[in-house]
Amino acid sequence: MTEAVSTQRKKIHPHKFTLWVAIGSIIMMFAGLTSAYIVKGSMAGFETVTMPTLFYYSTAVMLISSLTMQWALKSFKERGMQQYRRLLTVTMVLGFGFITMQIIGFSQLWDAGSKLKGPTGAAQFLYVIFGLHAVHVLGGVVALIIMFIKAFSARIRNYNSIPVEVMSTYWHFVDLLWVYLFVFFLFKL
Amino acid sequence: MSHGHAEVATSHEVHHDEHGAHHHHQSFVSKYVFSMDHKIIAKQFLITGMIWAILGGLMSVLFRLQLGYPDQTFPWLEDILGNWARGGKITPENYYALVTMHGTVLVFFVLTGGLSGTFANFLIPLQVGARDMASPMMNMLSYWFFFAGSIVMLSSLFVQTGPFSGGWTAYPPLSALGDASPGSKVGMDLWITAMALFVVSSLLGGLNYVSTVLNLRTKGMSMTRLPLTIWALFFTAVLGILSFPVLLSGFILLLFDRHGGTSFYLSDIYIAATNQALPNEGGSAILYQHLFWFLGHPEVYIILLPAMGMASEILSVNSRKPIFGYMAMVGSMFAITILAFLVWAHHMFVTGLNPFLGSVFVLLTLLIAVPSAIKVFNWLTTIWKANIKFTPGMLFALGFVSLFISGGLTGIFLGNSTLDIHLHDTYFVIAHFHIVMGVSAFFGMFAGIYHWFPKMYGRYMNNTLAFIHFWVTLAGAYLIFWPMHYEGLAGMPRRYLDYSNWASFNQFGDLNKFISTVAIIVFAIQLLFVFNFFYSIFKGRKVTTQNPWGATTLEWTAPIHPGHGNWEGEIPEVHRWAYDYSKDGRDFIPQTEPISANESKH
Repeated sequence: MTEAVSTQRKKIHPHKFTLWVAIGSIIMMFAGLTSAYIVKGSMAGFETVTMPTLFYYSTAVMLISSLTMQWALKSFKERGMQQYRRLLTVTMVLGFGFITMQIIGFSQLWDAGSKLKGPTGAAQFLYVIFGLHAVHVLGGVVALIIMFIKAFSARIRNYNSIPVEVMSTYWHFVDLLWVYLFVFFLFKL
Repeated sequence: MSHGHAEVATSHEVHHDEHGAHHHHQSFVSKYVFSMDHKIIAKQFLITGMIWAILGGLMSVLFRLQLGYPDQTFPWLEDILGNWARGGKITPENYYALVTMHGTVLVFFVLTGGLSGTFANFLIPLQVGARDMASPMMNMLSYWFFFAGSIVMLSSLFVQTGPFSGGWTAYPPLSALGDASPGSKVGMDLWITAMALFVVSSLLGGLNYVSTVLNLRTKGMSMTRLPLTIWALFFTAVLGILSFPVLLSGFILLLFDRHGGTSFYLSDIYIAATNQALPNEGGSAILYQHLFWFLGHPEVYIILLPAMGMASEILSVNSRKPIFGYMAMVGSMFAITILAFLVWAHHMFVTGLNPFLGSVFVLLTLLIAVPSAIKVFNWLTTIWKANIKFTPGMLFALGFVSLFISGGLTGIFLGNSTLDIHLHDTYFVIAHFHIVMGVSAFFGMFAGIYHWFPKMYGRYMNNTLAFIHFWVTLAGAYLIFWPMHYEGLAGMPRRYLDYSNWASFNQFGDLNKFISTVAIIVFAIQLLFVFNFFYSIFKGRKVTTQNPWGATTLEWTAPIHPGHGNWEGEIPEVHRWAYDYSKDGRDFIPQTEPISANESKH
């Protein structure tokens, strides 16, 4: 329905705007969870854990993927399609890598004795909050796969940059969200 | 969609500019089932909501039978409900299941999905002057998530252990432990799945409503020229977008407690049913209540604001007067939206909340009286000395104002934490919220349906049936809920199955019979409304003029049966606000009419 949309007065593309509102919504969800952590964390007998070192590396992966995404967008806008496809692939692989690292990090915590069953401390919150973030990254990766297929399909020629811009905004958002969560737990653990 | 070649997309735009509406043929499935037309989606929400309202209302009739006639048996109940009513009496477990499902269904599936789903979808594009929502695809998904949630919730009524029965708020530990009660087993899993689908549906819808209002207004339609319906639906969407995710995060922790064995909400529990002490430690059920009510309170306004917006519009149209204090109306809705997020703990005054913190929440809660009073004042001044046309829509809008005043006043009682010590969890609370948000939102919804039915179906509903519907419902609403205030003040607690062992409440025996009888009559009258609705879709008097109510807003400039795209040719341009009634000797001036040189200012 872009055709219906574009006949009208607009400042920002409605799809981009919708994404911004959705980001507000996701922020509220994580704000709810981290405030739950603040409330619980101040109670007596709350057990903390040490952050697995792997999460420092996954932070780096996430940050780099944000750069490649931005670069991919730039290439797309300059019609550098070869470069765009390459960078999109790299971003996707980094996204996969991030999720894999998170899962390995969780299993390290698990093996160190932090199970779900029984009393709840920082580790359980970590599973839930980081896990939920990973689900949001996974959603981004799925979107990247769709764009990847479109980018490599010979039949579809597309120079409309809106979907790529929406994608990159979302990707930067999950990146920033991760940085927030990571720093939050660094201070709170 | 936006993936087409840029130049191709441009030529499409031109194409659609010329034709306006879509003319290509659509199959039945793409036109009426998986439709992306906001008007069809609105009708889907409305009819699904109506089916839910009948079911939810029927549940209340069933448990009112128990409350009104606790010592009688009704053998026919066993015939229709089977094991739910062994020996003609509703079993305690199923009484709680009915109460819980009544609340869940009415609050979420009828008054949220059915109300803002219907009217935000129907009115936003038509009144802001857009061909459709910002993303028709997401809009369609919003309905189908709602539908899927409905199916899951409905299916929980048929599982062997029964639907969830721990109250619509789903507090742990009842909601977290399968062993706690029969309804806490698979019924709760279905409940939480249905609610998760519902939250996704509201978010998809809400995102669309907000971006449509902000981005797709027609030329000349500045924010301050929007009808108040749109403002109300806009604030409703904002509330939903910011509060539903928090509920979802509460549900996620609840799921981990249920199935992962974590202790976010659980601590030191011994289950008598299984003779078992649980290993959970350090959790806090209060945490869930905070997360729940952070949604739960804004939810009240999600239900109420659309009704307020529609009542404002309908009162103005049928008074043939401009709405009094347009900017004050917008400002007070904005204030309500902000305050909605700052008062959630007034649902938790007696949970051991710090009294100092409690007093802050008392202050913020009582502050809501200010914007509410502004709105009431403006509604009354709008109808003051007006030449009122008593259409069914107008009657329901007036009824809404009446109920909002009566129910709002008791809110001031309950907002005081000291009074709440006595009144919490009594019938006073039931009376308060049923009048102020339950019945009054229903009145807003009825007003909207009667008023916009001609636009939806190109026919009128039957007026005689509508008048009977109105008077019986209004009188019934007061007769049902007014006496409950007395019961509540006397300390009669809510949610009990049987009060007969309680000598002090025996005096209310006849009153309870009376309430139950009226409830049955009022329920029956709603079926009359349902009949009127469906009959009128096919057989109602046809609408012959484009603008039957003489209203100024854009939806009445569209054809009587608007196609997908709403206007043929160009979208009309807007030159003035939506409330130029009885101005300069003219009955009304549509928004599309340019301001003439010697026109007076409003």
